Amino acid sequence: MSAQHPTTRNFVANAREALADTTLQKGLATAKLGFRDRRTAAVALLPEFETLRDEARGIKNHVLANLDLYLEEFERRVIERGGHVHWAADAAEAREIVLGICRAAGARTVTKGKSMISEEIGLNEFLEDNGIVPVETDLGEYIIQLRHEAPSHIIAPAFHVMKEQVGEAFRAAHPQFDPNRSLNEPRALVDEARTVMREKFLAADVGITGANFLIAETGSTVIVTNEGNGDLTQTLPKVHVVLASLEKAVPTLEDATTLLRLLARSATGQEFTSYTTFSTGPRRKEDLDGPEEFHVVLLDNGRSALLGTDMQEVLRCIRCGACMNHCPVFGVIGGHAYGWVYPGPIGAVLNPSLIGIEEAGHLPNASTFCGRCEAVCPMRIPLPGLMRRLRERQFEKGLAPMAARWGLPVWAFLARNPALYRLVTAPAMRLLGWLGRRRGRFSRLPGAGGWTASRDFPAPQGPSFQALWDRRGGKREAGR
Amino acid sequence: MTDDRPTVALFVTCLVDLFRPAVGFAAVRLLEDAGCAVTVPRGQTCCGQPAYNSGDRSDAREIARRTIPALEGHDYIVAPSGSCAAMLRHHWPDLFADEPDMRVRAEAVAAKTWELTSFLTDIRGVKGVSARYDGTATYHDSCSGLRELGIAEQPRQLLRSVAGLTLKDLGAPEECCGFGGTFAVKYPDISGRMVDDKSADIEKTGADTLLAGDLGCLMNMAGRLKRRGSKIKARHVAEVLAGMTGEVPPIGEGEGDA
Repeated sequence: MSAQHPTTRNFVANAREALADTTLQKGLATAKLGFRDRRTAAVALLPEFETLRDEARGIKNHVLANLDLYLEEFERRVIERGGHVHWAADAAEAREIVLGICRAAGARTVTKGKSMISEEIGLNEFLEDNGIVPVETDLGEYIIQLRHEAPSHIIAPAFHVMKEQVGEAFRAAHPQFDPNRSLNEPRALVDEARTVMREKFLAADVGITGANFLIAETGSTVIVTNEGNGDLTQTLPKVHVVLASLEKAVPTLEDATTLLRLLARSATGQEFTSYTTFSTGPRRKEDLDGPEEFHVVLLDNGRSALLGTDMQEVLRCIRCGACMNHCPVFGVIGGHAYGWVYPGPIGAVLNPSLIGIEEAGHLPNASTFCGRCEAVCPMRIPLPGLMRRLRERQFEKGLAPMAARWGLPVWAFLARNPALYRLVTAPAMRLLGWLGRRRGRFSRLPGAGGWTASRDFPAPQGPSFQALWDRRGGKREAGR
Repeated sequence: MTDDRPTVALFVTCLVDLFRPAVGFAAVRLLEDAGCAVTVPRGQTCCGQPAYNSGDRSDAREIARRTIPALEGHDYIVAPSGSCAAMLRHHWPDLFADEPDMRVRAEAVAAKTWELTSFLTDIRGVKGVSARYDGTATYHDSCSGLRELGIAEQPRQLLRSVAGLTLKDLGAPEECCGFGGTFAVKYPDISGRMVDDKSADIEKTGADTLLAGDLGCLMNMAGRLKRRGSKIKARHVAEVLAGMTGEVPPIGEGEGDA
């Protein structure tokens, strides 16, 4: 899987592979519980959390209704402070813009903070193809870069990698260190990464980061990290490039802080991340450090087409990952099975909107609609409802699976005609009930292989409730 | 003699109607014990969720259109399922977004639709039941009931009044069992793993009985528990509350198990 080569069509096979991967399963089982417990504890400590969610939804709804205004204001402020804003309609345009900036700076290596937009546009592969070495500086991103993988989680890119596997990757990638060193402790891994990274930070010509928010009133971009790598990425090189999608805009600093209060709590259960970094333009004369050039690349890539549609609400997302941390499907298959950049419930809604329902059709279907994602989403995005809308779109386009296109209308026809429904279902249930009367269940049943592959099918009692009710002379019509 | 009891239309749900009438009769007994006059309107089949959740909005709408007249003449509509009750309550009005007249009628139906246990406690003020069940049970919150209707305490409150019954909590009570309607057959590998994890959690409680308020989830969990060779008995919560467990074997068990 990569940004250019989604494997969303192979979702079923991807999921099967993930379910069979015992290392992955072990990791998922513990990691998801950690995320959930930490969020629960953090939310319990903030009585106004639910009020904040309402406020945050209001802020983003207002931004989305006036997005052009806020983006133009943001652009004006960035330019006032000596920065540059580049508008990219799609991934290809964004890649070219970044390459152009790198070439103008004569860049050979670039350091990178964690950015999902970079994943979305497939930036690393593209830079490498053009002779520029991208170095991921977020530990998780660095690990998966060494393993030539895509992130499996939006805030924990190496969510799927076990500690031992990190050790293996480091031994292979860092031949400069003693081959007999111990890498059993997380501390040792972090220290080694830090040592390697320090040299890269100093050598980089361009630093690329993402942005959690774009503040219109000041022209600032905001990132949150726990490693401080983002700060070094954006202050040490002479050029800082910020990659952000359009919907990251917020009107004011105060709005950004409202969203920040929700973000870390929902994501990692922290009150605040260790680092929250605001960047406003290039280095000024009186500044002690900072880049000489400051660029913001604003990516659309299908988002503006969602404005004003019944899918607009997905653009409220602040990428905390709470939906996937609480998703029972993500919890057993992990992120890679989803086959494109954004996994979990948010991916199930966003990916079909960005790469097409034909490509990512499985994703909104692979949900039980248990509703836990919506229950924890800090921005109150009605994720199951949006997935249902995508299913409706598929059904309208005739893209729904065969069983849904033919079986359901037959069932629906019966359900609309109660007398016929009773006539058709009664003999079938009586037969099933009679066949299953001894064991009370079936291990196999024609046409029910999907069910019986992993579980028995309970047999019906036989006669229907309505038939028995009539037999007992039960009341059927309204009135006293 | 005038009957001033509130009238309740039992929306029995297609799964209970076709697979487990015992749940319907248990619901009727509980509603009558709570002082209601129960009717089973003839015009009912299914709430339309299989179509609605498969993107077939128009069929779901037509099922609702056909069913609303059968239900609207009653004081209350009660379903022995959180999932189907939530469909009537939250989604039927939404189906008629473009038909103001039908929308008003759907909203009126929605406003008086209740899941069984929450109707008993929240509307009828039932504090306890007179049933007896000798065993240790764990209760699974079905997702729709829990998150769309806020049902969690109501069934537990009623179960605590059942003589002889001990309740044990699941380790992960908010985790979906993996049923999800058509999801269970569309994504059998994923659903299978989810219900296996759920079964392990159920077994870990040491309970001998699994209870829930939704037959779909119960058939899923009972089916997996049986496949794992478990002896745990699965029943709809209404069967235990109505003291009617003697009338049918547990879900997925037959005469041969008796």
